[in-house]
Amino acid sequence: MSAEVEYEPVIGLEIHVQLKTRTKMFCGCELSFGDEPNIHTCPRCLGLPGTLPVINAQAVHYGIMIGLALGCEIAPRSQFHRKNYFYPDLPKGYQISQYDVPICGPGRLGDVRIHRVHLEEDAAKLVHVGESGRIHSADRSVVDFNRGGTPLAEIVTEPDLHSADDARDWLNLLRTTLRAIGVSDVNMEEGSLRCDANVSLRPKGSTGLGTKTELKNMNSFRFLAQGVKAEIERQTAILRAGEQVQQETLHFDPASGRLTSLRSKEEAHDYRYFPEPDLVPLVVTDEMLEAARAELPELPSARAQRLEEKLGLPHDRARDIAFRSELADYYEDVLAAGGTQVDPVAVANWLPQLVERIGSDADPGESKVTAAALASLVNLVSTKAVNQNAARDVLTTLVAEGGDPAAIVERDGLGALNAEDSGLADVVAAAIAADPEAAAKLRDGNMKAVGPLVGYVMRETKGRADGSEINRLIREQLGL
Amino acid sequence: MSAEILELTAAQAAAAVRAGELDPAELYETYRTRAAGNQLNAFTWVAESAPEFDSSAPLAGVPLGVKDLFCTEGVPSQSGSKILEGYRPPYTATVVQKLYDAGATLLGKTNQDEFAMGSSNENSAFGPVLNPWNTARVPGGSSGGSAAAVAAGLVPWALGTDTGGSIRQPAAFSGIVGLKPTYGSCSRYGMIAFASSLDQAGPLTRDVTDSALLLRHMVGQDANDSTSLAHPDEIQLPSRRDLSGIRLGVPEELLGAEGGIDAGVRESFDRALETARSLGATVDTCSLPHAAYALSAYYIIAPAEASSNLARFDGVRYGLRVDGDGDLTSMYSRTREAGFGPEVKRRIMLGTYALSSGYYDAYYGTALRVRTLIANDFKTAFGDFDFIVTPTAPGVAFELGAKTADPLAMYLNDFCTVPMSLAGIPGISIPSGLSDGLPVGLQLAAPSFAENRLLEAAYALEQAIGFDGSPARNGGAA
Repeated sequence: MSAEVEYEPVIGLEIHVQLKTRTKMFCGCELSFGDEPNIHTCPRCLGLPGTLPVINAQAVHYGIMIGLALGCEIAPRSQFHRKNYFYPDLPKGYQISQYDVPICGPGRLGDVRIHRVHLEEDAAKLVHVGESGRIHSADRSVVDFNRGGTPLAEIVTEPDLHSADDARDWLNLLRTTLRAIGVSDVNMEEGSLRCDANVSLRPKGSTGLGTKTELKNMNSFRFLAQGVKAEIERQTAILRAGEQVQQETLHFDPASGRLTSLRSKEEAHDYRYFPEPDLVPLVVTDEMLEAARAELPELPSARAQRLEEKLGLPHDRARDIAFRSELADYYEDVLAAGGTQVDPVAVANWLPQLVERIGSDADPGESKVTAAALASLVNLVSTKAVNQNAARDVLTTLVAEGGDPAAIVERDGLGALNAEDSGLADVVAAAIAADPEAAAKLRDGNMKAVGPLVGYVMRETKGRADGSEINRLIREQLGL
Repeated sequence: MSAEILELTAAQAAAAVRAGELDPAELYETYRTRAAGNQLNAFTWVAESAPEFDSSAPLAGVPLGVKDLFCTEGVPSQSGSKILEGYRPPYTATVVQKLYDAGATLLGKTNQDEFAMGSSNENSAFGPVLNPWNTARVPGGSSGGSAAAVAAGLVPWALGTDTGGSIRQPAAFSGIVGLKPTYGSCSRYGMIAFASSLDQAGPLTRDVTDSALLLRHMVGQDANDSTSLAHPDEIQLPSRRDLSGIRLGVPEELLGAEGGIDAGVRESFDRALETARSLGATVDTCSLPHAAYALSAYYIIAPAEASSNLARFDGVRYGLRVDGDGDLTSMYSRTREAGFGPEVKRRIMLGTYALSSGYYDAYYGTALRVRTLIANDFKTAFGDFDFIVTPTAPGVAFELGAKTADPLAMYLNDFCTVPMSLAGIPGISIPSGLSDGLPVGLQLAAPSFAENRLLEAAYALEQAIGFDGSPARNGGAA
C-alpha cells in the first residue's frame, strides 16, 4: 500500500492594470467608465485607415513608476510589437503591446518575483445582446469603443505562489502598492484590475513544473481564491486518477463554481508578433527615471518595515496595517494626535476592533471615530481610567455617534473602579464572603480559584473594575 | 489660352497666378475638364467644382492630383480597393493638408494598384490605367494614375507613394520625374498603409523643379507620425547646370544578368552617363554586395507588414461587408474574399506565413538582417560616391496583360528601386530618353536627407538631356 502523493500547487499571476492617465495609450481620447457608448473615439482608436499611434508619455511615466515600485530593472530602450488576431473589439486587427523587450524587467514584490511589466492598449468592449450575455447565444453583438485603447500595464509574476489564499493576499499587496503610487484605480469590479492565474501541481518536494492551465479574468479577490482553489482540486483529482493535466485556458464561473475550457493548446492563437513599424523604440532617459522616482511615495512594504522596526509592531500586525494604505494613514494620524504619551503598539492593537465595527472595506478616516478620539481612548486605557471591556463599549459608541471618549465614559458611567475607590475593596470583600470555598482553595495555593471571585466582582461592577486591581485586592484581603 | 496653360509647369503656373497674370479659376477649370474627360482611367474621382483659391499662397491654387490612398476628408479614399469602395474618411492626410495650407487645390484622386501593391496599375479594383505614350501599355505602378495624369497633362502635378519603386517606376514608364524622399521626411499620417517601414509620399511632376517645389511643402516632422523627422534643410529650387566634381557610382550588382536590363534601356542609360561625364562628373563602377538580395528581402518585409496593416479591413466598422452564416468567421472571410483582389490576397498570405510561429526567424528575421546589410552597403558606397545611378526599371512600359500571369516577372520591375527603399534613402527618376518610342527612366540615389544635392544633380542632367515629355509631340496617344 503506497501513501497518496501530496501535491504542491505552483501559481503565477498575470495582472492587467488600467492606468489612470487622462487620455488613451495611442490617441488623445479621454478615458471613461460607464459613459454613453462610443463617445470617446477618434480615427486613431477606431483604427481608421491611415491613422498612426502616438505613445502617451504619461502612460510611460506610470509604467516606469510601477517598475520602480516593484523593484524592476527599467529597460533603457524597449520595443512595441503588434499582436495580430481578428476580433471585433480590436479595430486594427492587432493589439499594440510589448513582446521581447518590455519596459520593465525582473523585480520583486513581497515574496513573489516579478517576471516583467509591459505596456499595451486595452481592447474595446463587446456587448452581447440577448439573455445569456455570452457570445454563443447572443442575438447580436455590438461594440463600445470607449474602452478601446485605454493604457494597460501587464504585470507577470514568476510562479512563486503556492496556495489560493497566498495568491489572493499577494494580489492585495500588489493592489495596495499600485493604489499607493496612484497609477490606477485598481478596481476589480470595474475592470481596472484584472487577473489571470497560471496553475500547475507538482509532487511536494520536487522542483520541476507540471503542465499548467490558465484561468482567465477572475473579477474579484474572492473569485480568484475560489477559482484557483477549484482548479487545484480539479488537477489533484486528475493526477490522483493517474491521468494527465491538459494544457488549456479555462473560464471560472463563480455562480456554479465550475471551470469550463475556453481553448486547448492546439487551438492557441499564433499572434505573429513583429516589431510595430509605426513606432520608434521607446527610450527611457535618466530624466524620465528621476521624474518617476521623485513621484514615488513610501511603498507599503517599506512602510510595514518601518512600523515594525521603528514603532515595534509585530511583523504581521505591521503588514496588516501597512498593506492597507487608508488604514495605515489613519494609524499614523492617531499616533500624531496622541502625541508622545500614546503607545504605538497599543494603538495598533485597537485597529482590528475598529475595523470589525466599521467593516473591512470602509476607510477609517471617513468613520465617526476621529484619530484624536481613538488616541484619547487608548490613553484612557493605558492610564487605567477605563478598563478594556469598557473601552470596547466606548468604541462601539464612537463608531455609532462619534464624540469625545472621556465625555462618553463620564456620561455612561464607564470609568474604572480603582484602589482609591473604597467601593471596589468592599465588593472584593463581598466576593470572598460569598464564595468561601474559592477563598480556601486560593489559600491552599490553587490560583485557578481566583476566576469565580474576579467574575463576581466584574458582575457587581458592571465590568468597570480593573482586572489586575481586583487580583491585587483579593491577595491583599486573603493575606497572600 | 488653354493650350498655353497646359504648357506651363506647376512652378510656372504658380508664379503666373501670383503675378496676377493667370486666373487660378481658369487654370483649375482647364485641368478639371481634361481630368473629368480623360480616357486613361487615371482618376478614381474628379472634383465637380472649383474650390477657393489663395492666389498669394506659395502654390497659388495650382491643382493637384492625389493618389487614392491619401485620406482626404469627405472625398473617396479607396486605395484602389473594392473593400474601401465609396469610403470617405473623416480627416485629411498630413501631407495633403500641408499642401492645401501652401495653396494647392485638390483636382482629383488618382487611380493606383490596390493598396499600392503592383508595378503596372493593373491591380486596381477600378480598372487599369493606360499609358499616354501608348494606350496598349501600362503606365507602371503603383502610382500609375498620378504618373499617367501628369504625363498626359490632365493635372500639373500629383502626389504618389513609393514603397519599393511605386513613384520612380511609373515616372520612368510615363516620361516624367518622380521623387521618393528619405523615409521619415514626409509624414505618413493619413496614407492608407501598405508597408509601414517603407511607405513614403513623394511628388510626380513634369520636371525636377516642380518636384523640388512640391517636396518643399511636404516635408516636416509630424506629431501624428512618430517615425517622421524634421528635414535638416529647406528644400531649394535647383539651379545647377554642371556636375563638376560629382562622383557617380554604377552598382554592378544591379546591372548584371539578374536584373535583366533591356538593351534599349541600357543604351539610354549609357548615353545618360556620357551626358553626365560631359557635365564634369566622374563615373565608376561601385559595389552594393547585398543589393541583389533586396528584392527577396522586400518580398518578405513588405507583405509581412501588409498582412497586419490590412487586418483592419474586416467588415466590422467601414467599407465592404458581406454577411456570413450568422457567425463572425464567415463574415470576415466572405468580406475579405470579395473585397480584396488576387495580388493583395497573395501578399497577405505570403506575409502571414513569413510571420508565423516557427518561420519568423528564417524569413522575417533574415530579411531584416539583409535590410541592414543593404543599408550598410549604401553607407560604404557613399563614402566614395556622391550618387548611385541605375536605370529606374529594367525595361520600358510593357503591354497590358503581359506580366499579370507571372508575379515574379512583375516583381522584377522593382529590382533597381527596392534597394533604396530598404535603405530608406532618397531616389529620383528622371527621363533619360526614349527606347522604341517609350520613355526610359534614370535613377539617382543619395544619402538620407541629401534631397537638395539630389535635386541639383537631377536638374543639371535634366537640362542637358533636354527630354521632351509630351507624348503627343512624340507620336503618343494623349
